Amino acid sequence: MKPVYFDHAATTPVDPRVFEAMTPFFCERFGNPSEPHRLGREARSAVDQARARVAALLGAGENEIVFTAGGTEADNLALFGSLARLQPGHLVVSAVEHPAVMEAARALNGRGWDVDYVPVDGDGVVDREAYRAAFRDDTRLVSVMTANNVVGTVQPVAELARIAHQKGALFHTDAVQAVGSLPVDVDELGVDMLSLSGHKLHGPKGVGALYVRRGTRLQPLLHGGGQERRLRSGTENVPGIVGLGVAMTLACEAMPEVRPRLERLRDRLVAGVLARVPEVTLLGHPTDRLPGNAAFAVRYVEGESLLLRLDARGFTVSSGSACAAGSDEPSPVVQALGVRPEDAHGSLRVSLGRENTEEEVDAFLDALPPIVDELRRMSPLYAKR
Amino acid sequence: MYTDLVLDHFTNPRNVGEIEEADGVGEVGNPVCGDVTRISIAVGEGDVITDVKFKTFGCGAAVATSSMLTEMVVGKSLREAADVSNVAVAEALGGLPPKKMHCSNLAADALQAAIRDYLLRSGREAEIDEILASPPKAPEPSSH
Ligand code: FES
Repeated sequence: MKPVYFDHAATTPVDPRVFEAMTPFFCERFGNPSEPHRLGREARSAVDQARARVAALLGAGENEIVFTAGGTEADNLALFGSLARLQPGHLVVSAVEHPAVMEAARALNGRGWDVDYVPVDGDGVVDREAYRAAFRDDTRLVSVMTANNVVGTVQPVAELARIAHQKGALFHTDAVQAVGSLPVDVDELGVDMLSLSGHKLHGPKGVGALYVRRGTRLQPLLHGGGQERRLRSGTENVPGIVGLGVAMTLACEAMPEVRPRLERLRDRLVAGVLARVPEVTLLGHPTDRLPGNAAFAVRYVEGESLLLRLDARGFTVSSGSACAAGSDEPSPVVQALGVRPEDAHGSLRVSLGRENTEEEVDAFLDALPPIVDELRRMSPLYAKR
Repeated sequence: MYTDLVLDHFTNPRNVGEIEEADGVGEVGNPVCGDVTRISIAVGEGDVITDVKFKTFGCGAAVATSSMLTEMVVGKSLREAADVSNVAVAEALGGLPPKKMHCSNLAADALQAAIRDYLLRSGREAEIDEILASPPKAPEPSSH
């Protein structure tokens, strides 16, 4: 069997149609969009077209989209850009944010900002009471992700944004995992800023965007030629931006077909894993979750070992155990759900994408139990349980 | 990030299990990540380790270093075996990523614990310090 890619939450293969649309902008139509000559104008119109597409798919205006070098930059621009111009005050984020938001919040904390990390419940949903209670008179910004990258839980962003606005704070959401998988409309969500990334939706790496609601004042992170309405200097990544525009269009067009299919595959996978492997729990919300995300805590098994064994059998998955990411603490996100550290250590994330099939899911369901069994037999903790 | 040899020992670990009626057993936890290794040894004539088995709950590096260590110490005397450091095991595997060096302490420490257990059981606690004169250790990684 061909190797099976089940790590779409980490990154996705570029759709060949996206690649084809990008290709001319490397060697032939390579102009600088800031130049008035023909090549420059050609590049400018390609960037404008991509911007129009991205804006329309989010229900935003064209001048509300800032292209960046990816989701991380978009998150940093949202947090630093909106706050760095203010006197230090108070910032609220959820306890399960992506490191791009977490670390930006920590850095702001180092500059005098107070940060509150709002806890989540056992399903990974922001605790409403704690959320309401977190606000202060000087709360300037809230950042809560649309859907979680590790456990897939979708947050009630519209409700959280409404509360933030009642309290006079801006609201940012990291929608990197959601855009292209779930319908995302900035007015329905009522957010002031929203981050997205190209490579999570079958587009290229190195490109993303920040939606900035008209009237929201930001300070740039990068200073220079004043591109992107002065919010992001630097010659535009024209092929990347074109790729993002096409990828997002394709993902959103395919969503009515892909989303229910992925949900069926995911539910089949979840049911199969829970039925065939003892001492496994599903992580994240049972239903309010990303269509392709299936995350588990596998007790008495260490995550990196599980990942490597599955890899050797041709299945590319991820472990929420941060060992795989080069740190050694069990995943902070999984622990925020109240999972014991030793169980968080055995987390497994399977993230399906539109090219996956039922046969692949079934092959995985056959491969997993003996691997878990073997690792458990090797584990000194299992015998003593 | 892992060498082929690490992956080989991880995928086909040698000497997995537990010796029934072992002469010494040692179990240690890794303070950095909470992972655990358990090593059991059989000791024969002339203090020679005749058999050694391991069980590890841990990452790829923890399993591979456990496996490699068991291969390196069979047939060695207790004294020689106690001198096999985590650094030597990592080198025998063609190196480990710096962030994974702390994982290699698990197996080496579990073996030391097993030898200590054997000496205690056989009423030789007086020799513990001499036999376990601790081998040099890798510095702890500075950041995680
Ligand atoms: S991360 Fe725990 S032993 Fe390697």
